[in-house]
Amino acid sequence: MPAPIRLRELIRTIRTARTQAEEREMIQKECAAIRSSFREEDNTYRCRNVAKLLYMHMLGYPAHFGQLECLKLIASQKFTDKRIGYLGAMLLLDERQDVHLLMTNCIKNDLNHSTQYVQGLALCTLGCMGSSEMCRDLAGEVEKLLKTSNSYLRKKAALCAVHVIRKVPELMEMFLPATKNLLSEKNHGVLHTSVVLLTEMCERSPDMLLHFRKVCLLVPQLVRILKNLIMSGYSPEHDVSGISDPFLQVRILRLLRILGRSDDDSSEAMNDILAQVATNTETSKNVGNAILYETVLTIMDIKSESGLRVLAINILGRFLLNNDKNIRYVALTSLLKTVQTDHNAVQRHRSTIVDCLKDLDVSIKRRAMELSFALVNGNNIRGMMKELLYFLDSCDPEFKADCASGVFLAAEKYAPSKRWHIDTIMRVLTTAGSYVRDDSVPNLIQLITNSVEMHAYTVQRLYKALLDDISQQPLVQVSSWCIGEYGDLLVSGQCEEEEPIQVTEDEVLDVLEGLLVSNLSTPVTRGYSLTAIMKLSTRFSSVNRIKKVVSIYSSSIDVELQQRAVEYNALFKKYDHMRPALLERMPIMEKTASNGPTEIMQTNGETEPSVPDTKHLPLVTQPANQANDLLDLLGGNDVVPVIQTTLPTKPASAGGELLDLLGDLSLTGGPTVVPAPAPSVPVSQPPFLLDGLSSQPLFNDTSAAIPPMTAYSKNGLKIEFTFERANPNPNIAVITIHATNTTEADMTEFVFQAAVPKTFQLQLLSPSSNIVPALNQGSVTQVIRVLNPQKQQLRMRVKLTYTHKGSPVQDLAEVNNFPPQSWQ
Amino acid sequence: MQFMLLFSRQGKLRLQKWYVPLSDKERKKISRDLVQTILARKPKMCSFLEWRDLKIVYKRYASLYFCCAVEDQDNELITLEIIHRYVELLDKYFGSVCELDIIFNFEKAYFILDEFLLGGEAQETSKKNVLKAIEQADLLQEVRLLTDP
Repeated sequence: MPAPIRLRELIRTIRTARTQAEEREMIQKECAAIRSSFREEDNTYRCRNVAKLLYMHMLGYPAHFGQLECLKLIASQKFTDKRIGYLGAMLLLDERQDVHLLMTNCIKNDLNHSTQYVQGLALCTLGCMGSSEMCRDLAGEVEKLLKTSNSYLRKKAALCAVHVIRKVPELMEMFLPATKNLLSEKNHGVLHTSVVLLTEMCERSPDMLLHFRKVCLLVPQLVRILKNLIMSGYSPEHDVSGISDPFLQVRILRLLRILGRSDDDSSEAMNDILAQVATNTETSKNVGNAILYETVLTIMDIKSESGLRVLAINILGRFLLNNDKNIRYVALTSLLKTVQTDHNAVQRHRSTIVDCLKDLDVSIKRRAMELSFALVNGNNIRGMMKELLYFLDSCDPEFKADCASGVFLAAEKYAPSKRWHIDTIMRVLTTAGSYVRDDSVPNLIQLITNSVEMHAYTVQRLYKALLDDISQQPLVQVSSWCIGEYGDLLVSGQCEEEEPIQVTEDEVLDVLEGLLVSNLSTPVTRGYSLTAIMKLSTRFSSVNRIKKVVSIYSSSIDVELQQRAVEYNALFKKYDHMRPALLERMPIMEKTASNGPTEIMQTNGETEPSVPDTKHLPLVTQPANQANDLLDLLGGNDVVPVIQTTLPTKPASAGGELLDLLGDLSLTGGPTVVPAPAPSVPVSQPPFLLDGLSSQPLFNDTSAAIPPMTAYSKNGLKIEFTFERANPNPNIAVITIHATNTTEADMTEFVFQAAVPKTFQLQLLSPSSNIVPALNQGSVTQVIRVLNPQKQQLRMRVKLTYTHKGSPVQDLAEVNNFPPQSWQ
Repeated sequence: MQFMLLFSRQGKLRLQKWYVPLSDKERKKISRDLVQTILARKPKMCSFLEWRDLKIVYKRYASLYFCCAVEDQDNELITLEIIHRYVELLDKYFGSVCELDIIFNFEKAYFILDEFLLGGEAQETSKKNVLKAIEQADLLQEVRLLTDP
């Protein structure tokens, strides 16, 4: 059998392949040759063959038949064999393979080999991919090597120990004695790895941390080493652009951070050296800035005195002006972390931060945006908002939704005047109208309603906006609603804030009718405009025109429009006497106080803790107060936890601010009795109209296109689901649950929980109350939003808990009878 | 550090070092996705990005991308220095290293990396010492049989 071809030869050959198929053919041929060579147990060429196999593995081809051969190579006495064998093991034999454990004995032998380079190979392999069992078996050997005087081995043993501790934390104790004089080494390699080891131990065990801090007096030792590094002259061996061993400096600073955290004495002991590093480090190259960065992180995390903290923030401020965008990125990230604690200091750099909004790099823009929102306060709101709105105009679509929400939140908190607030909202709606979240529409409507003196101004501006552009649905919806509500102010030209425009009733009706027929309008928008037209019948004099429009739509194909039109028609005919009362001006809506913590916004940059999804539909018996329920979520990386909020007094965390507001807004708490709307109401049902037009905002109309259903009915508790499509995202179904109680006792502490299969996302808004009154005297409503991007059949498991007649009741149920339209 | 990848501008992997246990399938998927993400970035963008739940630090040297995934607490700027140190080591060893050197001598690139980093952390901060160790180990390859312990 001819000698197998050499590695380089093979690489050359494979690279001449012109197509994927040709390459595959060559690889297969070579694999076959290698296989037969392995079968022949050929010692001479095993190393060469495995090396070739590793190359092919890197190209993406399977190489599992070489695993055992790697073991044979490791056991060989030739250094070349061992080198390739260990390399192969690290590439092919992760700890899930059965073959993995067979290495243990070889490694053990090699850890005790007479040649340090062999020992090095073993330590490297163990430290890189040793499984927990291997670590347990070999920890003793590693510990022995940690105490050797051979610095080549000692440094490797230290990092190997780090790996062992990560895999088997209980073994940490056994390495403690060996760490005693690690820091008295002169060798930088050992110093560096020792610091890493000490860091790992301190991070994992508070006891260790205390031990190192108090007993071993680690801080003074580290300070001394660091000082020597800085003060010592040029050392060619460790020099990087004029700085002596930056890697070691950075690791020491990181360990100091852990030791100084929440400990006054340690923090004080390191104060001077930190100030020294902060002021003396060269900043012209990346390496100096890396050290400064670590120093800043340490200063901010320990109990440093205020002068030092200001110094740190100023360093970050200087970073922001650096040409190097990596430095700017790092500065923004750090400032974001400190903005809560050192708010005033960060404020000083506000203008630089705002300039970063114009940066070309996406990551920097996002950071700058988050930081800008965090810095908005009552004093700078006007200036900041100008910048942020400008940013909103020109930024990428991926930012627009978050930016719009941020603007709304900030405006709500700090608006200097109602007019400014409305102008700001208008600006957002006109520039990023299609990106605002669906819940901002009702939020804005409420805001407008409550700004009584601005009604005329608002409706005029919205009308003008409509003339320009009817494509952005949220804007159109808010505008139609306002015109319907305040159309009389519009035509009478009562605006004080700006030049009143001259507009006739017919022109207004033209615009609204235009919305009805336009292809750009979604069904929800059409509903808004039809209702607006109807409302104008009590405000305008051209009633006949309105009657005509309404009657046309009573035969519309869109069922929702048809139903509305039919009912409005009835209002003209049989119930004309009720019409003025029904369509009169909305009262000011109660705004429940649910503004949460000062954090204005959390965007995509912050990941939520991902929840383990062990079962398909798990439910948890947690109190309703927890904002992050372990209800079923998507597995994988883009997790959005279900935010189950409680009653208005308890704010939700995690980006739920706006939605929280909505939750309290869209459901009437208390007195108004809202019976579950009956499906497809025949014409003569005023209560249905009352539903839509009294204190419940219009958007809560049930979409007759999707019939409601009874999800649960047991022991007197009945839960009905009504549906609506969220706009503009058709993949979101908005379900409102109505819980009623036919028994003679109230059901108190009522909590509704739901879980959905993996492919869905679920969001529960806060319930209207947690008492389901007896004898159907009222109901508890709660809104659920379900995201169903894959349009799979909707299923839900619900859990109900309540107290009835003094005893707690709990029940689980599956809901499978969702109407097909709710998920198709 | 969780892993380091070296890949060409066409997306071909030249070196992959994994410091966390992952199956072959998972590794392939991560490599593929990450490589595509990085190749899609424009040249003026910064060297750091958040990808899934990892911090990624990458830098391009000639036709090769050097890409590391580090943990939350790791200093991104010093990671750039680590990458640079590795490139310097390769350069010293191969003499003006280019991508072809790494393609044809991939096992040596791994050996050098394993003398510089262990378990994802730097084990030796002196360039000289790393190269000396590699030199000695290379010499050992000439020896026919190692003496037994």
